[in-house]
Parts: sequence; structure tokens; C-alpha cells
Amino acid sequence: MGSLNLLRVVTIPLLLGSLLGSTAFAQSPTYGVGRTPTAEEIRRMDISIGPTGEELPPGRGTAKEGAQVYVQKACVGCHGAAGIGGLAPILQSKQGADVPVWKKERILPLRAPHATIVWDFINRGMPVGLEGTLTPDEVYSLTAYLLFLNKVIPEDLVLDKQSLPKVRMPIGDEFGKPHHFKLNAPRLEGYPY
Amino acid sequence: MDPERTSRRDLLKAALAGGITLGTSGKALAQGHDHPMTPGSENASPMIHGSKEQIEYGQRSKYVTSVRVQHPIGGRPSPDVFGKVFHVATPLQDSVGVITPSSLHYIATTRGSFLPDIDPKQHTLTIHGLVDRPLTLTMDELKRFPSVTRLHFIECAGNRHNGKQKNVQDTHGMTSCSEWTGVLLSTLLKECGLKGSAKWFVAEGAEEVKGASSIPIEKAMDDCIIAYGMNGEPLRPQQGFPVRIMVPGFEGIYHTKFLRRIKIVDRFYMNYNEFGHLRPEDKELALGEQIGPKSVITYPSGTQQLPGPGFYEISGLAWSGGGAIRTVEISTDGGKKWNRAEFKNTPQRMAHVRFAYQWKWDGTETQIMSRCTDEIGQRQPTREQIANWWKVPFERDYRVPGLDNSVMPWKIARDRSVTNGLA
Repeated sequence: MGSLNLLRVVTIPLLLGSLLGSTAFAQSPTYGVGRTPTAEEIRRMDISIGPTGEELPPGRGTAKEGAQVYVQKACVGCHGAAGIGGLAPILQSKQGADVPVWKKERILPLRAPHATIVWDFINRGMPVGLEGTLTPDEVYSLTAYLLFLNKVIPEDLVLDKQSLPKVRMPIGDEFGKPHHFKLNAPRLEGYPY
Repeated sequence: MDPERTSRRDLLKAALAGGITLGTSGKALAQGHDHPMTPGSENASPMIHGSKEQIEYGQRSKYVTSVRVQHPIGGRPSPDVFGKVFHVATPLQDSVGVITPSSLHYIATTRGSFLPDIDPKQHTLTIHGLVDRPLTLTMDELKRFPSVTRLHFIECAGNRHNGKQKNVQDTHGMTSCSEWTGVLLSTLLKECGLKGSAKWFVAEGAEEVKGASSIPIEKAMDDCIIAYGMNGEPLRPQQGFPVRIMVPGFEGIYHTKFLRRIKIVDRFYMNYNEFGHLRPEDKELALGEQIGPKSVITYPSGTQQLPGPGFYEISGLAWSGGGAIRTVEISTDGGKKWNRAEFKNTPQRMAHVRFAYQWKWDGTETQIMSRCTDEIGQRQPTREQIANWWKVPFERDYRVPGLDNSVMPWKIARDRSVTNGLA
């Protein structure tokens, strides 16, 4: 009996703790292994740009500047003049303005639901072999140039930390949203397979 | 003490003392007076001369020649002219058991890549974002945490079958199964103190393109593993040395290799990898994250030639992102009658299971195929069933929405050849 009561005394606060969430209880680390990175280390490392653009660094750029960077940084060598005709993926749609976005080519600066994705990918993945060498201004400029080529933004729009997340992409809201993931549940409710 | 072993040992002792002879090997010993021979050496094979390398790290027999090939057939070759790796498939037609040898594990890269040559002493993993205490771990520190060892498959989203492919390496070779060792991500996230607003996490690699994927936090707290071990040794560079994340049951691209950073966020971060997942509809997107119940017969399979009518043990692999495989059924008459297959190992969650079915082929033309059910009741469909569910006309070149987990038929002809049943 005594041990059962003891069990209750211990488990009830534990249950409460898990109900209230981790902030209320797990205040101290269990193992104490590893170190705390500095804010500056995290800032330098954090190249994941979310839809709100909160991680974007200071900087700015326009399509006109981007057109120059596109040549200077040899993007043109792989992607072709103005994003057409290279061996690397096409970057400017050949389709007319009246063609719906899902019928157009699968081009990142055209089909991406957020302009921040374009910035993120150029920043992390380009140019091939020299990834991570572009300055924030160059990435803003290239992003502006590619969005301009696909008639997403006007040529004179200055892209920066504030304006980039506000760019309205042609796809609008017409794309599948990730469902709320449930453990041990079928992939799609009602789908038997 | 085992009585048989005792008595054999006693006999051996007696033999060594010169007291008695031991059947045929005794005769061989006796003949040895004229021509020195060890027992059984009449049939001895040529020797493999022991090299330092062979002794330090063994290799397979030169008679075993199974290799990975580029995927899909006609795709970019690996290595390409620049030395980049694209997609290569594992030779399932030669597989036995459920473990894919590390040297034959399929490879896929975000956009074709060079393998980073990472010094594990220099590599760190940082967890930050919506946590109370960001954490940076060296690889030695990571290994100090309590570990788990689990069997899990990884399957590439590109593992789709069609009528043009010849063998099971082409149709299904972009899946592999290994024993993975590492630290549960939930252990590390509890150490960091997850904030209540945490909903997703981004896992990012250290390779040149810094491939990243967004994954639900529920999955992180359930069974994701920060893995440093594979089949009893450190990860191979092709599989993410020194550390990768295992996201059991999710498609391959989520299993970020060369893991350097985990960022906890409050919303879905559409990184470049997710751009590849972009679909017009929620439904199709949902079928492109977690692997459905799937199975395939690896013997007999495409391009193999049967010696003739008679007994065969049909054998294959089944797996699901939904959990452990519950049942596998085999049809040997083109899908009319289904028979329960047996398991060769205990089915485990998100792992290949080896199944088999004993069959006597009468020499007539037929089709053989397998289907499976997983522990949450998902059933492996035929392509026609999928088309019917989506209410679209079923055609020969029908493309299954989302990941392709449809039934794969093999045709066995009177001439004993095995070919793609979708052709």
C-alpha cells in the first residue's frame, strides 16, 4: 500500500508536468553534455530563411544590379542569357503571361510560394562550386533580377529584409499545404492505401 | 555440457594419442605418410593469399559481383564528368535477409553532389531556435548521450516502377535497410528544453548545397535518430559521415546527411527541398511525405531465368512508413488467389521484412506478385485500385499520385524467363 501511495505522489506531478509542457518543468538539462553556442555563432550559421524573412540579413538589391551580378558571377555560363538556353535549369519562363502558373515550367523564382525561398536557395546553393561566397547585396540583387525576368516584380523594386517577404508570388494560395502530421495515422485520412 | 561434444572431444583426444582412426578423415591421415595431405584436401580450392588490406578490412569474394547502378536507367551517370554523384540503386535481385550491405546502400543527393570529406573532430551539431538552451555538440559529446540501435529502411521518392524497367534494381532499388545507431532526437530536444511554440524543425546538412528539410516536431519527439553508426561501424561518407538524421518512414530526402544544424521553428519552412514537394493539392502532398505499405518479390524477378518447373521459394521485401508490416500475401496466378507469406525475420517498425512463399511452378505462363498490410491497417494497392480511388481512368502508363507503393507483378513465361509484368 505504502509503495502504491508513493507511486501516486510521484506520478501525479509528472503527469501534470507533461500536460503543462516543457517550459514549466524541464528547467535544467539532464546530461549537461555539450556547450551553449554564442548568439553570433548561431546568427552566422542560421541560413534558413522562413516565410516571414526574420532571418534575412541587412542588404539590398534591384533587378538592374542583379543583371550585372548574373554576368559577373558567371550564372550566365550555366543558366544561359537571361535564364534561358543553359545546361543548368531554366530560370525564365517561356510561356505567355496568360498561362496559369501550374502549367508553366517548374522554375523556382516563378512557382515558389514565398520569394524568401528564392533568396534562401541562391544564398545556400549558388554558384555551384562557390556556394556561400555571395554577399547579401548580391543575393538580393539576383533574387530581384530573377523575379523581374518572370514578371513577378517591377524592374525598379528594391528588395531588402522588409520588402522581400512581402513580394506576392504568382502561385498565390494555390498550392497544397502540409497536413497536420499525426503519429501512427494513415498518410491521408480516408485513403485506404 | 553437451554430451555429443564431450564424446567427440574424447574421440579426438584418443585419435591424437594415436589409438584409433576416424572414418574417412582417418584414412586421409593414414595416406599422409606418402603424400602429406590434410583431411579433405582432395577437393581444396585455390587459396586467397592474405594481403594486409584483406586482413585489416575484409572484402567479398571475387565471385560475388553484385553492384549498384545509376537510377533511373537513362538518368545522369554517377560519377558524372565532374565526379558528382547522382542517384544509384541497390541490387535487390541479389539481396538476402534484410540488411543492405553499407557498400550497396542506395545513394541519392539533393542535386548531384561531391561527397564532403568531413573530419569528425571538426564537425559539430547545433540545435537552436525555439529551445530554452541552444546546444552545440562535438561528435564525441554526441556519443556520450544514451543511444538506441534500430533497424530502419530509407526509400527515395524516386523509387517508382513502370513498364520500361527490366529488373527489380531498376524498379525498386532506391530502398535500403540498415541497422542504425545514434541518439534519439527527443533526448537532445529535452536536453535543450523545447518551447511550447515549437511546431516544426529544419534539419540541415554540411555539404556544399546545405540541403535542408522541414519536419513536424511530433516526429522529432517520437522516433527520429541522430545517427552516427550504420551496420556496426561509423556511417559511410555516402550515407552522411559523421552524422545524419533518421526520420523513420519518411521519404529519403528528409534523412539529412552530414547533419550540422537543427533549427526549431513555429511554422513550415519551405526550404529548397520542400520546393521539390510542391503540389497543387493537399491530398497529393500528403502522399509524398511518408512511405506507404510496399512490397516486391526479389526472387524470381525481372531478367532472371528459372531452371525449369518445380519447387521455388518465392522471396521478397516488404516495408512501410506507417509502422511494422503485419501481413504479406503472394499471388502466383496473376492476382486471382492470394496466399499468406511467411516472415523470415521479426517485422519491425519502418524496416524491411523478408517474406517467402513456397511454390511449385507447373511450367505454364503466369504472373507472380506480392501485397502487404501494415500495423495501422494501410494496404498496398494495385495501380488500378489507386486510379479507381482517385476516380480517374486507369491506363497503362498511369502515374500513381504521391509516392508509388503499388503492387509489382513479374511475368514468368513458358521459356522460363522472368520479365516486368507491367510491360
